[in-house]
Amino acid sequence: MSFDTIIIGAGHNGMTAAAVLAKSGRKVLVLEAGETVGGMAQTAEFASGFRASSVAHVLNRLDPAVIRALDLYRHGLATKADTAPTIAISQGQDPLILNGAYGEQTLGLDAANSARWQVLRQRLMFQSSLLKSFVNQVPIQPGAARFTQKWPAIKTALRLKLAGKDEMRQFMRMILMAVADVADEDITDDRLLGLLAFDATLGVHLGPRSPTSMLGLYYRLAGQAAGARGGQVIPVGGMGAVMQAFQSAAKAAGVVFRTGAKVTKITVENGRATGVVLTGGEAIAAREVVSAIHPATTFLDLVGPRELDAGLVRDIRTIRTKGNVSRINLALNVQPEFSGVAAHHMNARFVVAPSTDHVERAFNPSKYDEMSGAPCFEFTLPTAPDSAMAPDGGATLSIAVSNTPYGLKGGWKRGEKQLERSVLSQLEKLSPGIGKSVVGTEILTPPDIETRYNVPGGHWHHGEFQVDRLYGLRPIFGIAHYQAPIDGLFITGAGTHPGGGVSGSAGLNAARVVMEADK
Amino acid sequence: MTQATKYDVIVIGAGHNGLVNACYLQRAGLKVLVVEKNDWIGGAAVSRRLTDDVTYSNCSYVCSLFRPEIMRDLELPQHGLQVIAYEGGAVFTQDGDYLASYRDHHAHRREFARHNARDGEAYERYARDVTRQCRFIQPLLMRTAPDPASLKVRDLGELMYLVKKFNDLSPELMAQTLRFWTMSISDFLDEYFETDVIKANLAISGIIGTALGPMSPGTSYVLLHHYMGEVDGSVGAWGYARGGMGAITQALAASFRASGGTIVTEAAVDKVLVKDGKATGVVLDDGRDYRADTVVSNADVKRTFLKLVNEPDLPGAFVKQVQNFKMRGSSGKVNIALDGMPEFPALPKGSTCTRGDMHFTDSVERMERAYDDWKDGTWSRDPFLDMMIPTALDPTMAAPGKHFMSCFVQYCPPKVNGQDWTDAQRDEFGQTVINQIAEYSPGFKDRILHMEVRTPRELEAEVGLTEGNIFQGELTFDQLLFNRPVPGYAQYRSPIRGLYICGSSTHPGGGVMGAPGRNAAREILRDLSKTSTHFSEAHDVL
Repeated sequence: MSFDTIIIGAGHNGMTAAAVLAKSGRKVLVLEAGETVGGMAQTAEFASGFRASSVAHVLNRLDPAVIRALDLYRHGLATKADTAPTIAISQGQDPLILNGAYGEQTLGLDAANSARWQVLRQRLMFQSSLLKSFVNQVPIQPGAARFTQKWPAIKTALRLKLAGKDEMRQFMRMILMAVADVADEDITDDRLLGLLAFDATLGVHLGPRSPTSMLGLYYRLAGQAAGARGGQVIPVGGMGAVMQAFQSAAKAAGVVFRTGAKVTKITVENGRATGVVLTGGEAIAAREVVSAIHPATTFLDLVGPRELDAGLVRDIRTIRTKGNVSRINLALNVQPEFSGVAAHHMNARFVVAPSTDHVERAFNPSKYDEMSGAPCFEFTLPTAPDSAMAPDGGATLSIAVSNTPYGLKGGWKRGEKQLERSVLSQLEKLSPGIGKSVVGTEILTPPDIETRYNVPGGHWHHGEFQVDRLYGLRPIFGIAHYQAPIDGLFITGAGTHPGGGVSGSAGLNAARVVMEADK
Repeated sequence: MTQATKYDVIVIGAGHNGLVNACYLQRAGLKVLVVEKNDWIGGAAVSRRLTDDVTYSNCSYVCSLFRPEIMRDLELPQHGLQVIAYEGGAVFTQDGDYLASYRDHHAHRREFARHNARDGEAYERYARDVTRQCRFIQPLLMRTAPDPASLKVRDLGELMYLVKKFNDLSPELMAQTLRFWTMSISDFLDEYFETDVIKANLAISGIIGTALGPMSPGTSYVLLHHYMGEVDGSVGAWGYARGGMGAITQALAASFRASGGTIVTEAAVDKVLVKDGKATGVVLDDGRDYRADTVVSNADVKRTFLKLVNEPDLPGAFVKQVQNFKMRGSSGKVNIALDGMPEFPALPKGSTCTRGDMHFTDSVERMERAYDDWKDGTWSRDPFLDMMIPTALDPTMAAPGKHFMSCFVQYCPPKVNGQDWTDAQRDEFGQTVINQIAEYSPGFKDRILHMEVRTPRELEAEVGLTEGNIFQGELTFDQLLFNRPVPGYAQYRSPIRGLYICGSSTHPGGGVMGAPGRNAAREILRDLSKTSTHFSEAHDVL
């Protein structure tokens, strides 16, 4: 059997690109090294009868354009999902509840903060809507841009201009600020400040007082779920269920999947990609190869420096890709309770980040490959929307801990225990007795994520999500338009524009580039 | 009591920018008065003799950024200004070695190669890339930043100039520029170098004067801010003003007086007089008042609008913007009079390294940890020092055999754990600095004749810099170009007609540069419909 197109990696971006390209009439083969599809977005059993999402655990940026292109609702994506609240919860504080899409209504804020938050929120929603318009664009290559390519950017500039002088000036002032500096101008409630600080910096090597940390928050608010920007959903059946919809859509379009098929080489002849070689030596030829895995793996391991310009190799090596988020899944034999949180709010995303200073202090040690004794984290209860994720009466707790550096000094063997202790002791204070109900634990540190999902550094975003590595600079300048400097080789995935998170956007953009290049 | 003489312009504050502004306006034919609260002039560019035999550059201590166009326009060399370039520099390492700096590019590269051959090669690439960035930014310094929200022909024209300038770059250089403007200096250096001490040495310019650590995004730009200066046409070079930094402001004052200007000292402005939304003069804290239709404040934006102007005279939104302007003091200064040249056994005998900047922070991590202390509200336990002995090159500042040592210290907060500094804490801070030097210089403590310890508290009280921020406001993106000091008022004007600001709070920012003062003068003359032949073209030096 011969194929037109080979996709390396069956993550959401790979599957999106595969489905779209198959619909264009290509015969598409997806090669996945793991035994199941989904990459870092899967559902797996981690303790007897207990299941949880693997790395990604909150759906908040699934691209509407991807849903349409793949017809995901027809392929099983849950159509009716309520947006989950966010609850800032910390010891000694009453919970602060953000309802609706990122705090359309708040519970527990005083009147003054509440009023100022709504003004700030509206401004942030507007600003992120400007940035959102870039998500579905192929980054413009400077110098080579045609007017049609520039038009979306011009349109966005006009929208900004039409919003009035004040909004324009605010945007141009705020966009590269530190989240703490922006929030401090209007908000005085530590819980809300801590929450914003946490959300802006989760997954990147920045603290809330680092300039440019606002971008993390904008990126969060640019995403859409449950029909609203800023919304979020804890998916029924975990992330694996979402990925099944992707796979089903791709299969319906004629895509062939092979799991357990690890690519070891992209073959290049006379400057043109001609196919791939798998572990064991099997060679598969194709006209086009789309690599949806980490760009460093694609270029340094699969293509190899021999086929590449020295400058490109040097630039690829500068991609900062040491992850700093760890995941912990806890199996509980009883339903946990948190004081001040009603039963109907247990489907929330909970954030433990008591104040800006706390988040900043938790960040500080990670700069030196050390770890705070009181790290900040978010958690969800996958069993709240879907009790089938645990045996009868049980619950699962899915935790993402920030600022846990890949290269932890002293090693992760010891660090893992320290991490578990520090997270559990904080949980114990929020829900006394919770520790005794733990019957199973899974810990995924950045090195674990690296090994299990073949992602160098175990970085969520396949490389730092910071200004100097965004849009036309992502993964590096020169290949941000998804085209490698080798004919027939394309890249996509979280390492390319617009970045990580279960969205499919990069896959969709890349598919368009592949089709365009073929014309 | 109203003073009889009416002036065309009153400049508040005899700092370098105030004086530069006054010089240009006086030369354009206006009658200018400079009022200064202290009994000496110069603001933070000052030389004072606080002890026998030794003169200090009390605040700012080195010269490079001062624009050569201004020196020429105002004939400062004729009025006594001379700049002497460094001849070396060093970072001392904890293992007893050192990393030297040399003026000569190739000697510098060879020194890098002594530590790491690959870093020696990378230095060529690094120097080239940074020079390109300097070339891009230098012409922007002496222009007024356009207001992107305005549709005025002039703003659109300036905006087009910026866009065109950027578009003229090669695509690769565009990408590099975008990255340079937003990266942390630590990440930036990691892309070139491997060796800790080399990275630490180059990271210095990225943090001086800022309330950010080397791992904070935006510090690459700060590095540029410190690199775009020059001494005698040698770009990126630094030097001493002969006689101390006061020589700059003394030369400016002499030039100003020679063209007919008046300076009054011990004249602290209490309020700017405003009538019907228009500035009419100033009233001093002793009740004297001076009248003029144009008032220019060299004070920082917070002091000017939150203290010198009555709040009801300003729009509420503007006041809030000014309140939100970030001026966090982050540095201190220790000036020391020495009885003899200190010894640094790590250096070879007769090394030129003592004739420039010396440091003891040999890794970026140590710098960043020093910043963590500041974030936690205290001064750094293991501070970063920019230390020099100007008298090694300039004999005019001390009696024979005596020396002046200047230590710029980072990080040092405006308040300690939220409380005002006490004298005891100030002394403890000074001692931290002395101890660090003494570790590398045996017998150092015995050579100390006198010392002056300045925390942000002293800087604010004496020079009037809010929170002791040496740049009159942080150099972060949200406070640069058309955002400096606040969006909508980045062209030296204020909501009050006839009231202008000309200090480092305005574009292009801090350092003893003079560009804000000159740019403000140009805007004022434009409003008064006056032309001047005294502005030489700002040139692309590189």
